Amino acid sequence: MLKHKNTLLVLAFTVAIFSCPFFLNPYWIDVINNIGLYAILALSLNFIVGYTGLFHMGHAAFFAVGAYTAAVLNTSYSIPILLLLPVSGAAAALFAYLVARPIIHLRGDYLLIVTIAIVEVVRIALVNNVFGLTGGSNGIFGISRPEFFGFSIRRPHEFFYYIWSFLAISVFLFHMLEKSRFVRALNYIKNDEVAAEGSGVDVAYYKLIAFVLGAFWAGMVGNIYASKMTLISPESFNFWESVILFVIVILGGSGSIRGVILGAFLIVGLPEIFRQFAGARMLIFGAAMVAMMVFRPQGFLPPVPRKYATHKIKPGDETL
Amino acid sequence: MTLLRISNLTKKFGGLMAVSDVSFDVDQGKIVGLIGPNGAGKTTVFNLITGNYVPDQGEIFFDGQNLVGLKTHKIVSLGIARTFQTIRLFKNLSVLENVLAGCHCRMRSGIFSSMFRFPYQRREEKMALARALKELEFVGLREHMDLKSMNLSYGNQRLLEIGRALASNPKLIVLDEPAGGMNDYETQQLVGLIRKMQDRGLTVLLIEHDMNLVMRICEDIVVLEHGALIAQGNAEQITQDQRVIEAYLGIDEDEE
Repeated sequence: MLKHKNTLLVLAFTVAIFSCPFFLNPYWIDVINNIGLYAILALSLNFIVGYTGLFHMGHAAFFAVGAYTAAVLNTSYSIPILLLLPVSGAAAALFAYLVARPIIHLRGDYLLIVTIAIVEVVRIALVNNVFGLTGGSNGIFGISRPEFFGFSIRRPHEFFYYIWSFLAISVFLFHMLEKSRFVRALNYIKNDEVAAEGSGVDVAYYKLIAFVLGAFWAGMVGNIYASKMTLISPESFNFWESVILFVIVILGGSGSIRGVILGAFLIVGLPEIFRQFAGARMLIFGAAMVAMMVFRPQGFLPPVPRKYATHKIKPGDETL
Repeated sequence: MTLLRISNLTKKFGGLMAVSDVSFDVDQGKIVGLIGPNGAGKTTVFNLITGNYVPDQGEIFFDGQNLVGLKTHKIVSLGIARTFQTIRLFKNLSVLENVLAGCHCRMRSGIFSSMFRFPYQRREEKMALARALKELEFVGLREHMDLKSMNLSYGNQRLLEIGRALASNPKLIVLDEPAGGMNDYETQQLVGLIRKMQDRGLTVLLIEHDMNLVMRICEDIVVLEHGALIAQGNAEQITQDQRVIEAYLGIDEDEE
C-alpha cells in the first residue's frame, strides 16, 4: 500500500514537472532549470554530506573544475560539448581524488575548514588565469551549445528537457545505489566510524569514493552549466555557491533524495517568488533557516528507513 | 592447534606501560577468558589484536599471518570480529542493517554493479540478507529487526553487537565485557549463546569482570595485572594461584 503511494507521488511529481514547459514562460522555465541544476549538484553533494556525514563546504570547486574542463576543451579544440560530459566528470573526480586523499582522515570541523580553503584556492587560481587557460576574471566565453543528432539545444525549454532528464537519470541511479552495500557503508561511517571499521568497512576508502563520485557528478553538471551559459567566470563558483548547496542538503533532509530535491526548490525557487520583497527576502530566508534548525533539525524530508525483502528469504536459502 | 599467537606484545602510552611483554596462545575452538583488575591492559590487548592500536613491540599471528601493521577492516576480513566495551551500534539504522554491516566485508559488488543492479549484485544482496536473518535468529533478535537499534534494551544491544560480529563469518570472535550491564537472566542467556558459538566451531576470546561467568565457561584463562601476564591456566589453577589472589584481594601487609 505504502509502496504504491510512493510510486504515485513520484509519478505525479514527474508529470507535474515535465508539463511545466507547456504553461510557463521562458523566465520561469529558466528558474526551473536552475533549480534542476542545483538539485543535481546537491544530490552529488549528498553522497559526501548526507550519506557519509562529512562536512564538505567546497563542492563548488568540483563544479568549477568540470565547467572549466568543458569550456577549455570546447573552445580550444572545438570538441562537441556533449562528448565532454564524461570528461568533465572525470576531471572533477580526479581533482577530488587528489585533494581529498591527504585530508580524508580529518574530522568534522577540521575537514570543513580545509574544504572551504579548497574552493577559495580554486576560485583564486581561476581569477589569476592559471596556466594561461582560464581567461582570468573575465572567464571563458563562446562555449558551444549541446547538440543531439544535429538538434541544437538553445532555448530555456529545450534546456529544461536536457537538465531534467539528466536529473531523472541521476535520481534513478542514486536510488539504486541507496539500496546497495555502497550507501549502507557510507551510512555506517556516518553513524560510527570506529564501529564501521571494526565491522569490516574500509572507512578511508569509502570516504574517498564518496568524494570522487560526488565530484564526478558535480563535474558533469559543470559541463551542462557551461553549455547553458556559454560564458563562465570564476564568480560563478565562489564559496557562497558551496554554502547554498550545503544548505540545500541539510535543510531538505540529508541522505534523502526527495528531501534534497525539495531543498533545491525551497532555496533556489522561493527567493524568486519573493522577489518583490527585494531587500527583506534574505532576512526572511535567514529567519526561516533558523526556525528550521530549531524545529526540524533532521530537515524537511528526512530519509525513510530502507525496506528489505525479508519475506522472500526462505530458511534453506544460500547464505553468504 | 593454535589459532592466535601473541608474543612479547608491548604497548606504551607516553610513560604508561599499558601492555608489557605479554605472550599467550589461543587454541582453535576454545573459549578463552582475559581477566584482570581495572587498568590491567585487557582492552588494550584487544585493541592491539584488532588493529586499533599498533604495538611498540611484539607480534600477533593469526592463522599463520602476522597482523601487526594491518588495518582493522583487513583484520576483520581475515576472520577476527569484535564487540565493544562501550556499545557502538549504528544507532539510527535498523537492527537488520546493523547486522548487514558485518556482511559487508564478505561482499564484492561495487558502485557500477549496484547502480545497474547486475544479477550477481542482486544475488549477493539476497545472500547477505539471508545471512543477516540467520544471525538475528541465532542471537534471538529476529522479531526486533525493523526497530532502530537505539531503541533496543541494553542487553539486546549487546546481543546485536554479537550478531553483527558473527555476520562477518569470523574464525575468532573477541568479546569485550559481553555481560556488562546485563541482569542475571540475560547473563544466563549469554552463557548459552557463547556455548552455541563454540558449537559452531568458533573460537571465543573474552574480557569479563563477572568471575562467575568466566569460571563457568572459559576453558583457558589469562590473567593480566599492570600490563603484565601473571598467570594462565584453567579455572581451578587460576583460583588457587597465589599471585592472582593477591592481585584481586590485595596482600596482607603484616605477613610481608
